[in-house]
Amino acid sequence: MRMRTLELTVGVFILAGVLALAVLAMRVSGLTNDATGDSYKVFAHFDNVAGLTTRAKVTMAGVTIGQVTDIRFDKNRYTGFVEMAINKDVNTLPADSTASIVTAGLLGEKYVGISVGGDDLMLAEGDEIHDTQSALVLEELIGRFLLNTVSSED
Amino acid sequence: MGAMINRLALLGYAGLNVIAALGRSGVFLFQALTGRSRFGNAFELLLKQLYSVGVLSLAIIIVSGLFIGMVLALQGYMILVGYGSEQAVGQMVALTLLRELGPVVTALLFAGRAGSALTAEIGLMKATEQLSSLEMIGVDPLKYVIAPRLWAGFISMPLLSMIFCVVGIWGGAMVAVDWLGVYSGSYWSNMQNAVEFGSDVINGLIKAIAFAFVVTWIAVFQGYDCEPTSEGISRATTRTVVYASLAVLGLDFILTALMF
Repeated sequence: MRMRTLELTVGVFILAGVLALAVLAMRVSGLTNDATGDSYKVFAHFDNVAGLTTRAKVTMAGVTIGQVTDIRFDKNRYTGFVEMAINKDVNTLPADSTASIVTAGLLGEKYVGISVGGDDLMLAEGDEIHDTQSALVLEELIGRFLLNTVSSED
Repeated sequence: MGAMINRLALLGYAGLNVIAALGRSGVFLFQALTGRSRFGNAFELLLKQLYSVGVLSLAIIIVSGLFIGMVLALQGYMILVGYGSEQAVGQMVALTLLRELGPVVTALLFAGRAGSALTAEIGLMKATEQLSSLEMIGVDPLKYVIAPRLWAGFISMPLLSMIFCVVGIWGGAMVAVDWLGVYSGSYWSNMQNAVEFGSDVINGLIKAIAFAFVVTWIAVFQGYDCEPTSEGISRATTRTVVYASLAVLGLDFILTALMF
């Protein structure tokens, strides 16, 4: 085989490999959504964050507008501390918006849904969402339901 | 009593042989990778090996990647649809390929396709005394013959593994989205939510690099160390595929335990 053709084929092969890595980075792992540079952080305290994980999506009206970046236990308030990165271009969230942990489908993943409030002040970097709604724990719900049936029978 | 001691001595001899082979292979690797050949254009030598090791393995990698991705999507869909969460098929295919099947299957195919060829080629060079002729004319075969093959393996296998993953994910999308009717938006967005570049793609790449190192090392050393007869070459080729496959699977467990 001529040297030139050899060089070209090997070049195409290496290019294909590098391109494949680029595809994996951009298309498969969604690295472009990952950039925390064009986002701002808000946080919220939940009584119960059961099932929520970092990188879970933060949605509003069903559209993803950010992601959960950190989940910790707040030892002073005995609550779950959740930090979220919201896309910079969504900068019109009223300060009294509600954050709730919801489930996609019956067995789906947990994510944070934000419902819009009515305040004139907007959420900015480092603000807290005060109004929160915890994750729905199926066992608690069943427990409450059973308790209700027992007490109504009395 | 004497027979017992004889047997014990044989066992010890076999153990010492294994350790000696390990030592030889370590020295062999070190000598091949340090310094460069004074004869021939190193770049040209590497290019030729990249072609025969990498480019010629491309066809089998692409075809198996495509079919493995398709099968993963089909099986995943059939299980997930029972729970009404067939949208998760994208993340299942992507994570399975990136974390495990991509590097492992590529390494196994690479051992079978390129590793065995390397062993046979070098073994035949040894049997026909080409290697000793090179030494006679003052060319170090470790640097002229072995080093380009080692580097070609190290470079091309990670690339092949990446190509394998991409083709597999694309094959999975073809089956899940086009044939089984999973919504393409949720296929890709679930995948993007689940796959993390740092922990999944990069760790997969690290695995592929580790496997490339082990497979190529075993293949080239088995060829170089083989008994210079036709039977010896055939045994060395078999050993390459067996040892490389076992090493890849064992190493995969260790790497997975460390990484995830």
